[in-house]
Formats: sequence, C-alpha cells, structure tokens
Amino acid sequence: MAVSTHPQTQTEGRLLLEAQGLAVRLGGRDILHHVDLAVRRGEIVTVIGPNGGGKTTLLRAVLGLVAPSAGRAGVADGVTVGYVPQRFPVDRILPMTVERLMRLTARPSRAAIERSLAETGTAHLISASIHTLSGGEMQRVLLARALVREPDLLVLDEPVQAVDYAGEAALYELIAAIRDRHGCGVLMVSHDLHVVMAATDRVLCVNGHVCCTGTPHEVSGNTEFRRLFGPQAEVFALYHHHHDHDHDLSGEALPDGEHAHHHHHGDGHHHA
Amino acid sequence: MATGITMLDDFLVRALVAGVGVALIAGPLGCFVVWRRMAYVGDTMAHASLLGIALGLILGLDLGVGVLAVTVTVALLLAALQGQRLVGSDTLLGILAHGALSIGLVAVAFMETVRLDLMAYLFGDILAVSARDLLWIWGGSAVVLAGLAAVWRPLLAATVDPDLALAERASAPWVQVVFALLIAGTIAIAMKIVGVLLITALLIIPAATARRSARSPEGMAVAAAGVGVVAVLGGLALSIGADTPSGPSIVVAALALFVVSLTVPARG
Repeated sequence: MAVSTHPQTQTEGRLLLEAQGLAVRLGGRDILHHVDLAVRRGEIVTVIGPNGGGKTTLLRAVLGLVAPSAGRAGVADGVTVGYVPQRFPVDRILPMTVERLMRLTARPSRAAIERSLAETGTAHLISASIHTLSGGEMQRVLLARALVREPDLLVLDEPVQAVDYAGEAALYELIAAIRDRHGCGVLMVSHDLHVVMAATDRVLCVNGHVCCTGTPHEVSGNTEFRRLFGPQAEVFALYHHHHDHDHDLSGEALPDGEHAHHHHHGDGHHHA
Repeated sequence: MATGITMLDDFLVRALVAGVGVALIAGPLGCFVVWRRMAYVGDTMAHASLLGIALGLILGLDLGVGVLAVTVTVALLLAALQGQRLVGSDTLLGILAHGALSIGLVAVAFMETVRLDLMAYLFGDILAVSARDLLWIWGGSAVVLAGLAAVWRPLLAATVDPDLALAERASAPWVQVVFALLIAGTIAIAMKIVGVLLITALLIIPAATARRSARSPEGMAVAAAGVGVVAVLGGLALSIGADTPSGPSIVVAALALFVVSLTVPARG
C-alpha cells in the first residue's frame, strides 16, 4: 500500500471547504455540535467515528444538503465538487449507459470520459448499462464520474461499502493516486480504520463532536479514540507501532528519526 | 357511428391534431413521472382537476383556466407538504385526490342551471375538440415542451440522485417545482382528450412501453412520444370504427402497445 503524506499542504494549499462551530439538529436531536473542519488542496482528510456519530451528517452539511442549526459550513466559492455517494440506487425503469452517466452533471468530451474511466480501470464499461454493473464496478464508475468534472474537491461517502476487502485496499490506493495526480483535495467518510488511515493525511474522529483530530499517528494515541473503537483501535495502534520506523532497502528496521524519506510498501501486504 | 369511415370530416382532423399534440408532451413528461415514481401524484392532480371544472363553471371562467388554477395549486401544495410527517405520502395524496374530486362532483351537482356532460370530463371527448381547443392544446404543449427542455439536465440529475445533483450544484430545489407545474399544465391540456380519470395512463403507459427499447433517458423520452402518437391514432380508429368512448379507447390502444413491448427483449 502506497503511503504518501503531504504535510506542507495542510497549511499552504488553497482552502476548499470549511466548517466553523458547526451544529446540526435533525428531528429534535442534536447530531453534531462545535465541529471545525477545513480541507485544503492536495490533502486527504478522513472522517471516522462510530455509527450514528454524525459522520455522514457532517458531509451533508458541508455540501449544503442539510442546514446548520449553528455555525457555518460550506464549500469555498468557485470550487468544483466531485461527489461519490454512499449508495446509488437508480431504478431499472431509467435507462442509462455508463457514458451517459458520465455526462450527468458535466459536459465532458468523449476523450475525457474515456480518460477518466481508464483512470479507475473501467474503460471497457463505457457502453454498458449501469444496471448491469457489480458493486465494485459501480463504485469505480462513480469515482470516474466525479473525476470527469475535474474537481478541486473530491468528496466520498463510505467509498468501499460495496467492495470486498482486497478491493478496499486497492480503492484507497487509487484515491491517494488520484490526489497525487490531480492535486485535488479529498474529504471522505469511513467507518473502517486501519486500511483507510494508511492513505490519509489527517483524521477527524467525530462522535457528535470532534473527539480528536490530527495525523493518523496522533489520533491513534488519543484515549477517547481508543475508548470509542475499543479492540479495533488496538489493532490500529499495533499497525502504527510496526510503522513508527522505516525500512532500509534490505528490509532492516531503522530507528525512528533516521529515515530520510517516507517509506513505501510495494507489496500491498496487510497489517491486521 | 357506423358511417364514420365516410365522415373524414373536420372534427376527425381536429381530433387527430389534438391527440398528437397531447401525446407529444405526455410521453416525455411521463418518463419523469415513472422515473420518479410519481404516478400517484399525476393521478392526484388529475382527480383534483374536476374541482377546477366546477370552479370554472361557477365563476364563469374558461374551464381550462379553472383546471390549470386547481392543478397548479395542488402541485404547489404537494411541494410544500413534502417532508411533513403527519401522514404517509400515499395517504396524503389519496386525501387530496379524492377530497378534491368529491368536492368537484358535489359542487357540480349544486349547479342546477348548468347541464354538465360529466362523462366527457371524466373520460374525455376527443371528437368534440373545437378549433379553440386546438389552439389551447398546441400552445400549451409548446410551452410545456420548451419548459421541459429548459430544465431537462438539472431535472434528470436530480431524478437520478437528488443529493448528488445538489452537492455538485447541478440542480436546485426550484427545478422540482417547475416540474410539478409542467405536470399541472399537461393535465390541464390532456383533460379534454382522455378525461381526468385516464390522464395518468397517457403519462405512464407510453413511457413504460418505451423503456423496453431505450438505452438512454433521451431515447426513452422520444420513444414515449412516438408510442403516445401511435396510441392516439389506434384509439381514435377504434373509437370511430366501433363507436367506443374516445378516452378509454386511446388508453386501450396504449395498453396493447405495452403488452406487445413485453415480448421484445429489453435493452440495457
């Protein structure tokens, strides 16, 4: 799994999206309160947290789909958003090819459509009906559809739900590669910890409020985070324990502080 | 009307022109009705339109204006009540549909001076279309079609995934209101042809028939318009030849086309 972090972009990139003191109340229930969030160009920010903790609501609020009850949230002016929804239930009565889907909210050329589909490995599906796609194919086509808009900000809601475990790692790797290639910002929501964390610059752990935020490493040491995720957090901590050092070319572990570069795993092994 | 074949008269030409005009808008608009699962919404507005007829008669307005006023009101009411949690949406539609239909029927019964051919309004009377009606139908159809073309892309995006369309600023809430108004207009136009009880059939049956052969939303809309035109021609022929009521005859013809389409393997 490729690991790449861009710490400098956290302060230097253009501000794409911001929430300040955000609170959301739905049906008389406080879903979120006092949430601050910023996403800048070139960084990947992942929102994690327990079910019902308000992850998706946070995403919906910054996209303008639910109104804040206090504070403010929104995408900066002139920022093009590419959105990959969690579910995409299109009724069979609506005929739609992949190519037509790519033109749903943009007017790309045929060449641009082919390029975006190729980027997510779905070029061969261009003429297929969307009703015949598997869950994993659909997820990749939806990612390509967001990409063809040439977004400044890519927003993904639980992007791996319909994908098996092997596909999961590959998809996160793809998202990181897209960020590197396009320099866009990425905001995603996820409930699964160790795979997504490896491809994330900054983590926001949300449970009604922001319980902790920082690099994956920093968050993993947070006590509230550990309490929230229990054994899963232990697995994650273990993962990071193994990766608090770098490997030299022969595979020998180097002590902390001596690494000259951020390491890259080329073999795609897992650490669970 | 056994001698109908020899009576290729003005009224027949008018009926054809009127029917084609209605079919051309009912097909594309009906596609959105089936895509958005709004068949019952169309039904509600259609039922309520009888109240519009009663209002038109009482106030001495053009009946088309009365119907348009009521269908637009119901459309806006439905849009405003979306998201209320008091009763389920199907219950709300039922209350509106049958409430308005019944008020209309009661109001008509009170009008002693007016002899109303209720059957003509319930089931349509395409053979009684006047030159003035033609102007109303084709003028209205042109407006509805232009409106639909103008909101096509945002409406389609919002139909496929409302959240995605809003998040990517590809649609806006007012687009849905425009759509509800377009349906209201279509019902006011089509009422004369198939009657208030059968308008929904003209919206959804050609669209459902066209789905079998379509690969894209646009292709389905064009095909639905075509199926609607064929249904009008077939229904009219049936009505003249067998002396059957025109509105139900057109719906029967549409239904026959739908059944035939089921034998064709679906594309995509």
